[in-house]
Amino acid sequence: MTLLLVQALNGIQLGMLLFLIAAGLTLVFGVMNFVNLAHGVQYMIGAYLGVSLAALTGSFWGGLVLASVAAGLFGLVLEWLIFRHLYGRSDLDQVLATFGVILALNEATRIIWGSNPLELAMPDALSGSFLLVPGLRYPVYRIAVMAAGLLVAAGLAVVVNRTRVGMLIRAGATNGAMVSALGVDIGRLFRLVFGVGAMLAGFAGVLAAPLVSVEPGMGDNLLILAFVVIVIGGVGSIRGAFVAAVIVGLVDTLGRSLITDGAHAAFSAGTSARIGPAVASMLIYLVMAVVLAIRPAGLFGKPV
Amino acid sequence: MIRRLLPWLIFAVFAAIPFLPVGGFVTLVAGRIMIFAIAAMSLDLILGVGGLPSFGHAAPIAIGAYAVAMLDAAGLNHLEYVLPAAMGAACLFAVITGSVALRARGINFIMITLAFAQMVFFAAGSLSDYGGDDGYSLTVRTDIAGQNLLKGGNLYFASLIALIGVWLLLRMIVASRFGRALSAVRQNRVRVQAMGINATAIELTALVIGAGIAALAGVLLANEAEFVSPAYAAWGRSGSLMVMVILGGLGSLHGAILGAAVVVLFEEGMGRYTQHWPLIFGVLLVLAVLFLRNGLAGVRRG
Repeated sequence: MTLLLVQALNGIQLGMLLFLIAAGLTLVFGVMNFVNLAHGVQYMIGAYLGVSLAALTGSFWGGLVLASVAAGLFGLVLEWLIFRHLYGRSDLDQVLATFGVILALNEATRIIWGSNPLELAMPDALSGSFLLVPGLRYPVYRIAVMAAGLLVAAGLAVVVNRTRVGMLIRAGATNGAMVSALGVDIGRLFRLVFGVGAMLAGFAGVLAAPLVSVEPGMGDNLLILAFVVIVIGGVGSIRGAFVAAVIVGLVDTLGRSLITDGAHAAFSAGTSARIGPAVASMLIYLVMAVVLAIRPAGLFGKPV
Repeated sequence: MIRRLLPWLIFAVFAAIPFLPVGGFVTLVAGRIMIFAIAAMSLDLILGVGGLPSFGHAAPIAIGAYAVAMLDAAGLNHLEYVLPAAMGAACLFAVITGSVALRARGINFIMITLAFAQMVFFAAGSLSDYGGDDGYSLTVRTDIAGQNLLKGGNLYFASLIALIGVWLLLRMIVASRFGRALSAVRQNRVRVQAMGINATAIELTALVIGAGIAALAGVLLANEAEFVSPAYAAWGRSGSLMVMVILGGLGSLHGAILGAAVVVLFEEGMGRYTQHWPLIFGVLLVLAVLFLRNGLAGVRRG
């Protein structure tokens, strides 16, 4: 039971990281219909910059702030250099060009920082663990990641639903041409969304750096998970991204422990050790296939 | 005129390469190009002609390759059994996943096909009887009616025959009533539906044909490497197949061959000189999308 609780917490924490990445992805897609495979690269860049800048400033917090801002700026440079030429092009052109950006930047990262995994130490203030329930300690840092994710989600919800900029973003997602015709500079609006999205992905990268190994290509798997999240949630919907991120995080983490246990009960030890991890890895894709088979536009998507 | 001759010119170059004094490595790379060209052409039917952005085309290739491995482990190495099993399994996979995926459009279709390919990737990694994540080395190459037609240098010519055969077959399919219906569905789905044609059935058929041909490429690839691993279904592989087709020019079959040549040359050729080839390749890919809008074959479409 306590193990289940730990897994559930880990699942929510993974969900929060996924949400930070998926939020930018879903807004960029919603407002500009732009398929950005290179969004996972922002997460990787954030983690690497976090490691370097934390070493430079001598503090995790300095690294966190500077790397998030730098990742956002880097995203804007990419947007200015490449992506803005791709709006209005077909999905396929966008997939192809951003796939090229992934290849190039993964390799550039390998050249600059080397192939060996790097590590980032947790800040001292958050490095301990606390007694969650009697007999179970849980790391403070993971709780802090969850809190950060929830804060960002709440902040985004306020901005998108309560402010003028948020209203324009929602309007742009519904009918960009009309918003543009009404005198709003949609290019500038989009750069804002893109920059914030890139910054959030970079922020997620720094947050994740103490928990995972920082290595080239670390963004690729998270990118696929983030896409699963926005597709389940319905592209363009922040609320959908949040709900789906928690679902994917929980299903992935709980699935891994429950299915292996369940397979133990149903099959011999050898068989269960074999099929357990495989079925668990497939589970989120299975959830996605089922969701799309029932609701092709995702949970919170506009029906097409 | 040149456009009509170009495919045959390409085939002639492939036929000549083993007889030229270019060394074994060039022949090896050319052999791989032909196998990936078969896979790329099968994706071109789906993506170029049918307009279905499948991001999971590595899956049927992996299924074909694993059919070779599984039958190899069972001691069956005859192409008469291997090929129908490989193609049958891949087609069945396409029927099942295609009927679900075709409910979605656009980005959702891209992602759901990717999801199914990821399932194949993880499933392959769990096959511990066939090496799990480490992969499986074939005990012997597949034979054809007891003859060693895929051994050593023979595989090169078998691949060439398969390449030409698949090109002719796909050209026939594209020109057929079905092919034109498929193209029409891409251009205007609603109108096709209104004319009483079942668009989804047409698209599903294209997915199944594409998967069957991809399985053939998988069988050849497994024999070429004499090795099968989950990496055959990796998402990067699906991505590079898309690159081959789009780079070559959507809807152009010989363009897909050229696209396959460019991608494989980069992977194998450049990989010999610098391990950092993805950097150059990625930059070129971006430049190609920005400036080479109709692909290498230069097909223009309205």
